[in-house]
Amino acid sequence: MRPFTYERAVDAAGAVKAAVETPNAKFLGGGTNLLDLMKLEIETPTHLIDVGRLPMAGIEETAEGGLRIGAMATNSHVAADAKVRSRYPVLTQAIVSGGSGQLRNKATTAGNLLQRTRCAYFYDTSKPCNKRAPGSGCGALEGLNRNSAIFGASHACIATHPSDMAVALVALDASVEVLSPSGAARSFPLMELHRLPAETPDKDTHLIPGELITAVVLPPPPDGGQLYRKVRDRASYAAGLASVAVAGGRIALGAVAHKPWRAADAEAALASGASPAEAIAAELEGASANGRNGFKINLISRLVPAAIEEARGQGRGA
Amino acid sequence: MKTTITVNGQAKTLDVDTRTTLLDALRERLNLPGTKKGCDHGQCGACTVLVNGVRINSCLSLAVMHDGDAVTTIEGIGTVEKLAPIQQAFLTEDAFQCGYCTPGQICSALGMLQEVADNWPSQETTDLTGKIKFTDDELRERMSGNICRCSAYPQIVAAIRSIAGDAA
Repeated sequence: MRPFTYERAVDAAGAVKAAVETPNAKFLGGGTNLLDLMKLEIETPTHLIDVGRLPMAGIEETAEGGLRIGAMATNSHVAADAKVRSRYPVLTQAIVSGGSGQLRNKATTAGNLLQRTRCAYFYDTSKPCNKRAPGSGCGALEGLNRNSAIFGASHACIATHPSDMAVALVALDASVEVLSPSGAARSFPLMELHRLPAETPDKDTHLIPGELITAVVLPPPPDGGQLYRKVRDRASYAAGLASVAVAGGRIALGAVAHKPWRAADAEAALASGASPAEAIAAELEGASANGRNGFKINLISRLVPAAIEEARGQGRGA
Repeated sequence: MKTTITVNGQAKTLDVDTRTTLLDALRERLNLPGTKKGCDHGQCGACTVLVNGVRINSCLSLAVMHDGDAVTTIEGIGTVEKLAPIQQAFLTEDAFQCGYCTPGQICSALGMLQEVADNWPSQETTDLTGKIKFTDDELRERMSGNICRCSAYPQIVAAIRSIAGDAA
């Protein structure tokens, strides 16, 4: 790990101010991804602003009938929250399918969203990676790309965003609240937080420097069933090869793109009366493979209709 | 940087390099080598300790993040003269071979049993709104963050089950 200075933020405004005024600073939440990357010297901040104890860990009702989840609520607390379990079960299911109990106890809501989009070449500092070292090339394009993206990738990067939680949040049409360096708070759809790689895969999100995520807001739960399904090489504690979150008529896919992937074409097809199989076929018209990840297209074409049917069954049973 | 952590009931003040992980502070500075460094990347669970009663990977946390926290390590759970019930259970069930993962397994199990008592769900939980039925599938899923290279998993399940009681 490279040397860095450390401060514990006392309020959100102070944290944002410190981030703007200190060169090469980063916010530290639970640290489960950032510290791991710092050990490998993939992340090399020279100042850490610990926001882990800011009073932003609550899960509250909103006037609109949704929930406001504080940025520092741990993954475990969100998954275990009675309001989340009863009204947004897809969110609980997604969270508990990710990481281990120890990691979920430490990982925060904002930190989960801001974990780095990645692949094995991003982690291997002896290999080229445009995300880690812009302009160095992409080792995955013609390399070990079994778990690479099939949607929205570029010639510069085919890495995937690893979050399960974010996939459920996208299907639930969540929005993100941030505090900006100007002192203003702003809110925008979670769908707009993460970027596709294009020519600048070193950037994972559209946040401006110093912006701090303060909360994730859920609208009222949609009508219809909810379900999260994840396929992976081991039954537990493994990254997904593909996953799907169904929330009423909304569908999001995980481990298939540089960001949580809202399957808008599939949703539109479903809304106009297509069968689940036809709907996912419409989505997959936009998919492309890089060799070893071609199996994901077949996997998605089977996984998603099954999940939609199961969620519909639950919706009818409720 | 000055950091005060209560470890196994005793307040300890350390002047640490900010880079020092909680794991290294425990092992190298506080002479508590019971907590083990396996992968040092949060993948194996050997470094699991309880922080304010909650299990975490001590390798993925900085000591300075824990100023004011209460940490329990394997040394705070029982002694050679007076084993904790879960330590005796690991002996009785022969739940290890080399023993390197065992402190992490035991700390993780204690944290995990509290999570079950608090009715936290896992991916094996089918009824998210009811009381958890603590089956062996639940137990295995909840312990998946602790790897045992000697593969003593059946005995580890038996040891934890022996102190947890049957599935509710």
